[in-house]
Amino acid sequence: MSNILQLSEKHSLSVERLTVAFPHDDRLLLALEGVTLEVERGELVCIVGASGSGKSTLLNILAGLDEPTAGRAHVHGRVALMFQEAALLPWLTAAGNVELALELRGVKRPARVEFARELLHRVHLDGFEKRLPHELSGGMKQRVALARALAQDADVLLMDEPFGALDAITRDRLHEELERIWTETGLTVLFVTHNAREAVRLGDRVLVFTSRPGRVGHEVKVDLARPRSLDSPELAVIAGRITDRLKHEMTPNGE
Amino acid sequence: MASELAAGLASRDVVETTARRPGRMPLLRAWSWSWPKLAAIALAVAAWQVVVWTGWKPDYVLPGPGPVFQRLARDLGNPNFDLGVVITLRRALVGYAIAVAIGSVAGILVARIAVLRKAIGSAILGLQSMPSIAWFPLAILLFGLNETAIFFVVILGAAPAIAGGLLSGVDHVQPLLVRVGRVMGARGLGLYRYVILPAALPSFVGGLKQGWAFAWRSLMAGEIIGIVGHQLSLGQQIQFARDFADAEQLLAIIIVIFVIGVVIDSLFGTLDRGIRRRWGLLGAEA
Repeated sequence: MSNILQLSEKHSLSVERLTVAFPHDDRLLLALEGVTLEVERGELVCIVGASGSGKSTLLNILAGLDEPTAGRAHVHGRVALMFQEAALLPWLTAAGNVELALELRGVKRPARVEFARELLHRVHLDGFEKRLPHELSGGMKQRVALARALAQDADVLLMDEPFGALDAITRDRLHEELERIWTETGLTVLFVTHNAREAVRLGDRVLVFTSRPGRVGHEVKVDLARPRSLDSPELAVIAGRITDRLKHEMTPNGE
Repeated sequence: MASELAAGLASRDVVETTARRPGRMPLLRAWSWSWPKLAAIALAVAAWQVVVWTGWKPDYVLPGPGPVFQRLARDLGNPNFDLGVVITLRRALVGYAIAVAIGSVAGILVARIAVLRKAIGSAILGLQSMPSIAWFPLAILLFGLNETAIFFVVILGAAPAIAGGLLSGVDHVQPLLVRVGRVMGARGLGLYRYVILPAALPSFVGGLKQGWAFAWRSLMAGEIIGIVGHQLSLGQQIQFARDFADAEQLLAIIIVIFVIGVVIDSLFGTLDRGIRRRWGLLGAEA
């Protein structure tokens, strides 16, 4: 325990020999096996993996929604989690969704309204405060979800394929906004995706997960200057290498 | 499911077309809303008149619409009759309010506590299908032939439907929303207050509506079977009308009972649609 607390001075998040097994039929299915990773404060780290690599399981454990079977996961500070679906509460307006996060954090009412408007402004949703989720497009919903995550005043933002269901242009713009907000706030971000390009576009580092069971197979440091373009050749080269790795991991005798 | 979807799509079209034509005259809208209902009423009255003209039954057994509506108009001007309506409505509202309280609390407890759910979860469903008037003889033994016995039957009719609606609403809350609530820091009762109960509201309103229907039926059955005191409730007046072979009065009261049921049901329908629209269950997708 003590060495984790030491680490947390510099690290925002540390995972040590984490193993997660789910009962499946009459045997145990290993989702994650011996995963060890650390994320420094203010770092933006992406995890790439094929489905079945336990990426979401890892985030759920970090968010305190699931328990590990063995090993430990430690997050220094508050955590917010974004999903592939915006998962807005459908009966609350855009502002209402953000305000609820503020309310659960203990922000009093008059400040809440002002603060929610500010957060929605930050994700470029001015004028949409009173809209209900079903009146918003997919990209707008994810923006509200991002504003809501920011409202939690978290130190660590966990993102589980948050832009996976969006069209390419919307995704591109949200990459820019996430990068901008990350730079402005100094948040620590752990971003899960199955898209190597997206990972290289955003990450300081990219962790490539193996499948069944999930492990950290490979780590790529991305030294490209920001802001990066999804279409730049340098980015494509790195992403290509990662994709090769992924394919390699996915073959039955991969290791 | 399919018909729900179809209904959802149909009403979505309505929403969109009305939204596109904001200048449509309200009078026209009221007309397009009301003419099918008026036509149905006219048809039913005409069919009734035709049956009367065939001479199938003598006039004093089955009077025509004319005399019945005249009688109804006279009844409505009679303070004793109106008092009966008030007595019956008061019983319905009080009994229903108690049923809502009991049903809601029971629904939340059963949803929250696993043991309770195993113990009485299915019993609630079973109670819903039980005709509550079957409890009436027991209620008379327990409480005597008085208003309490009637309330007992009304509550047993309505509360299970209300608890059932809440329970199924809680059961069908999207797990993702619950996880979102937990990530935001809501736990235990907070999770219920902020996420689960609002998410269950559409289903709860469905239960409230069904509960009202059961309460109203149980009340009528109770009032007809059990003559309580000397208060001239609607059920009691209908029973007296039969005893005096006063068919006009009998039919007039049936119309009153029917109209009260329809009006209250349509209030629930409005509430139900409003909530579903807000929840995005039938609104137009952006």
